[in-house]
Amino acid sequence: MLISLKRTIKTGWKGFSRNMGLSFATIFVMIMVILMITFLYFLGPVSEILISDVKQKVDVSVYFKEDADEENIMKAKAEIAKMPDVKEVEYVSKEEALETFLNNHKGDSVLIESLTEVGYNPFLASLNIRAQEAFNYENITKLLDNNPFKYLIEKVDYNQRKPVIEKVYAFAAGINKTGIVLSVILAAIAGIIAFNTIRIAIHNSSEELSIMRLVGASNWFVRGPFLMQGMFIGFVSALIAFIIAFLSAYTINSKVGAVMNLNAFELFMKHAFRLLLIQIAVGIGLGAGSSLIAVRKYLKI
Amino acid sequence: MISIRNLSKIYPSRTGSGAAIALDDVSFEIQEKEFVSIVGKSGAGKTTLLKLILAEEAPTKGEVFFDGQNVHNLRKNQLPALRQRIGMIFQDYKLFSSKNTYENVAYVLEVIGAREDDIKRNVPEVLELVGLTDRAENFPSELSGGEKQRVAIARAFIHRPDVILADEPTGNLDPYNTSDIIKLLAKINKLGTTVVLSTHDKEVINGLGKRVITLDQGRIIRDEEKGRFVL
Repeated sequence: MLISLKRTIKTGWKGFSRNMGLSFATIFVMIMVILMITFLYFLGPVSEILISDVKQKVDVSVYFKEDADEENIMKAKAEIAKMPDVKEVEYVSKEEALETFLNNHKGDSVLIESLTEVGYNPFLASLNIRAQEAFNYENITKLLDNNPFKYLIEKVDYNQRKPVIEKVYAFAAGINKTGIVLSVILAAIAGIIAFNTIRIAIHNSSEELSIMRLVGASNWFVRGPFLMQGMFIGFVSALIAFIIAFLSAYTINSKVGAVMNLNAFELFMKHAFRLLLIQIAVGIGLGAGSSLIAVRKYLKI
Repeated sequence: MISIRNLSKIYPSRTGSGAAIALDDVSFEIQEKEFVSIVGKSGAGKTTLLKLILAEEAPTKGEVFFDGQNVHNLRKNQLPALRQRIGMIFQDYKLFSSKNTYENVAYVLEVIGAREDDIKRNVPEVLELVGLTDRAENFPSELSGGEKQRVAIARAFIHRPDVILADEPTGNLDPYNTSDIIKLLAKINKLGTTVVLSTHDKEVINGLGKRVITLDQGRIIRDEEKGRFVL
């Protein structure tokens, strides 16, 4: 059993290496399929990161009237912090608000000038509230409306994370759907091409196949190497796809990091082993599946 | 060992003007360790007979028994086991062009699941027997007709089959090589393997002094112990 397996692998490898030119197109398309699946694999973690980024943002900002003193504001802060839906409350004084504004608009001389023109600090003290869940900021606003310190409040701003998160989810789901459809189409094309490669390999060896039959080679002794050849095509495609994905993650790392809070390379390395296994499974599965069909159809012993 | 009973093979005509009768009600027995020559003109039915024994083709009528088993009743997955007991030598050699001499011979041992060290020990021995030790690394395209036929014999004999079927093994060879091949087959027979030789070479047969079955137009016209080529 072990001897036959070893021989099948050896003969399959010979068939694969001798038909390298023939296998080229199959490997190319199979790499496309595996890369598409790799992309889909990372779509989940990346959108999770994007969403958690959004979740970090403040839900509700409560601005206090010009004349509200800090002591009262701190009382209000303590009251708000007691609310069950509130996760975190942060106090931003008038001075801190001004400082943040100046920092954010360092290069904008017009804004800075107009601020000087005003002659005083126009910013209001505020409390930045984060809800336990992105969706229950509405409860917080209701509670704010019925509070004793309502008279201190100038205005309440809602940073609506909900639609942003929903958008990210919808976007990811959309890409996922398109990706799955594309993967299925590409996989079908790869399957057909792999099938054809094995068919041609069988056709090219038709004379030798008839000799094998006459000297008493069993069905699977003849078929095995062709099946193995398809598996080698899938395996090599998976390895190349892994290298491409590795290099891509390495290359885009700094560019992605500049736009969003995402370390692409770190994410890749975290999933590398599992990804490699998935890629090899997809490659070998596709290769073996299509050769099996070709062998059953064209290699009748 | 091999029993042929009322064997007929008719190839239907594709033009509709009469079918070709390759074998017509042929019956005979071959005993273990026997050397039997099947002779006859081209088209007498020699190759068809060997193909039917190897179950490469199905008979129109009749039966072929190999050790009591009707070979044409075997299921497809039982055929390899039958063929592994037979060594077949073809007029056109039928060597694997992508394998060298050593690999061609070793292939049959791989087919029967022989161990690697057995293959490494056996193949050189048989290559020595057929005088091809120096040509072990050469591919069929680099061998002469006589050498190719000796590779084919080595391949047919390597796994010590119960019987060797040789279909016109000297058909493409000069007299010198012909004599070599026949001597080899006689030697293999002496070692205990049944040999069935089909030929239309008069010299070959007359020098052998073994059993000769003569076919003419698909029928046995003579079956003699220590026979001669008479047509």
